[in-house]
Amino acid sequence: MEEQTEVPQGLIHFAVLDKALDLARANSLWPMTFGLACCAIEMMATGASRFDMARFGCEVFRPSPRQCDLMIVCGTVNKKMAPAVSTLYDQMPEPKWVIAMGNCAISGGPFKFPGQYGIVEGVDKLFPVDVYVPGCPPRPEALIEGILQLEKKLTGRRRWPVASAS
Amino acid sequence: MTQGTQSIHRETFVLNLGPQHPATHGVLRIKLTMDGEYIEDAEPVIGYGHRMQEKMGENRSYAKYLPNTARLDYVAAMFNTHGYVCAVERLAGIAVPERAEFIRVITAELNRVASHLLWVGAFLVDLGGFTPLLYTFDDREQILDLLEATTGARLTFCYYRFGGVCNDIDDDFVAGTRKFIAHLRSRMPMYHAFITKNIIFRKRCEEIAVISAETCRKFGATGPVIRGSGVAYDVRKLEPYSVYPRFNFNVPVYPEGDCMARYRVRMDEIEESLRILEQALDQLPGGPVMAEKVPRILKPAKGDCYFNVESARGTFGVRLVSDGTDKAYRLKLRSPCFSNLSLFQECSRGLLLPDALALLGSLDLVIPDIDR
Repeated sequence: MEEQTEVPQGLIHFAVLDKALDLARANSLWPMTFGLACCAIEMMATGASRFDMARFGCEVFRPSPRQCDLMIVCGTVNKKMAPAVSTLYDQMPEPKWVIAMGNCAISGGPFKFPGQYGIVEGVDKLFPVDVYVPGCPPRPEALIEGILQLEKKLTGRRRWPVASAS
Repeated sequence: MTQGTQSIHRETFVLNLGPQHPATHGVLRIKLTMDGEYIEDAEPVIGYGHRMQEKMGENRSYAKYLPNTARLDYVAAMFNTHGYVCAVERLAGIAVPERAEFIRVITAELNRVASHLLWVGAFLVDLGGFTPLLYTFDDREQILDLLEATTGARLTFCYYRFGGVCNDIDDDFVAGTRKFIAHLRSRMPMYHAFITKNIIFRKRCEEIAVISAETCRKFGATGPVIRGSGVAYDVRKLEPYSVYPRFNFNVPVYPEGDCMARYRVRMDEIEESLRILEQALDQLPGGPVMAEKVPRILKPAKGDCYFNVESARGTFGVRLVSDGTDKAYRLKLRSPCFSNLSLFQECSRGLLLPDALALLGSLDLVIPDIDR
């Protein structure tokens, strides 16, 4: 019986390691270079000079899904594109996270109308989504806020104070 | 194989480029038949960005469809809105106040500069140089600041309305635009020094992927692509609309037809746009920015019309057919990128793969504009 009580103590040590790993992961997210539509331009702007995602350790855009752990779905996913997007998600190694950027990726956005035949109404119909960033397109600040939310989801605390409306 | 003729055994393979590839600027897919490093055939496969734009134009009323036009070619959204708004105005017989026409020209030219700046950065990323992107985006953000203060959007503007524009520009905008013109003029020598004269860039672009004027005509290529092949085709000059005839500007033309020529056309166009902006700000008249008595629900009389505008990528055309109801019977959008892409298959034959990507970048494609 005494041997059994030792096992959870060992697990606790792993939990500490997990926390350290999560901290490391949250501070070096590698997003995928994958532009679908309009929001991709705002994603480029977020990575470029003024908004500079590198401040949050999130600037290493990788063209290959096998090197990424964050997928920013920025734009409309239509029915022809959906299998490719799902394949890309499957190709990413665990652990992986998804940000649905813009109204199209959230729900279909402005391209949803009665009788529509082309688009997937929300990328969460294809795979799980961690953070939703609304907007058409969202501002770069909104995408950065989404990344901060994702970091909070990983580490349990927010690294940056919430912006106050001053 | 007859005896005596020496035939080298050639083996080709099919390479799939895209739909997820950073050089395709989105979701274009190209089926390449390769002979080693050389391209034997390149077949573009489109439709991965299809968003039912034309169908939606027939399902929604004119005013409800208006914001969607900005999502066609989102890098230069003003021109799409301009084409659509002008087509509806022609159909419904709405006269636009002079000040509104001037504001349309000013905002459209600002957007053209922003679009070309983004293209320069993205094109250099295609060729393997990341640094210029940071400089061009820095300048582009200043334009977006100006436009955002007036239009309320950074990218997908819905600023033009049937009969004018929705907001008047203020003194801050005029002063800011003048300041920006001076700023960008001071930056242009820097761009020429570290991009145009860069030896790596020149070796990647000069005499690479030459497109003849005949090929451009055959495929209906417009904009900087045909102007880089020596044809001075510009809708602003040949089929003047809005108040463009009042301004003195040149149409930059380079006869070489290579990637460098297309790059030079765009760089010169930035400077010409700055000239137009300066003249438009000097001549800006007073008055209302919205026509009076524009009906809330537009029901144009039966008929059809076509309207062309010179977008940052070429001729953007809108054909509208009205059957007298509040929705269009047919909406046809002529997108410049579709025609510009269609010459890719013919012009990329025999090129090295990296050179074909330089050609693809120099065409300046926006994929959802091709797929609509």
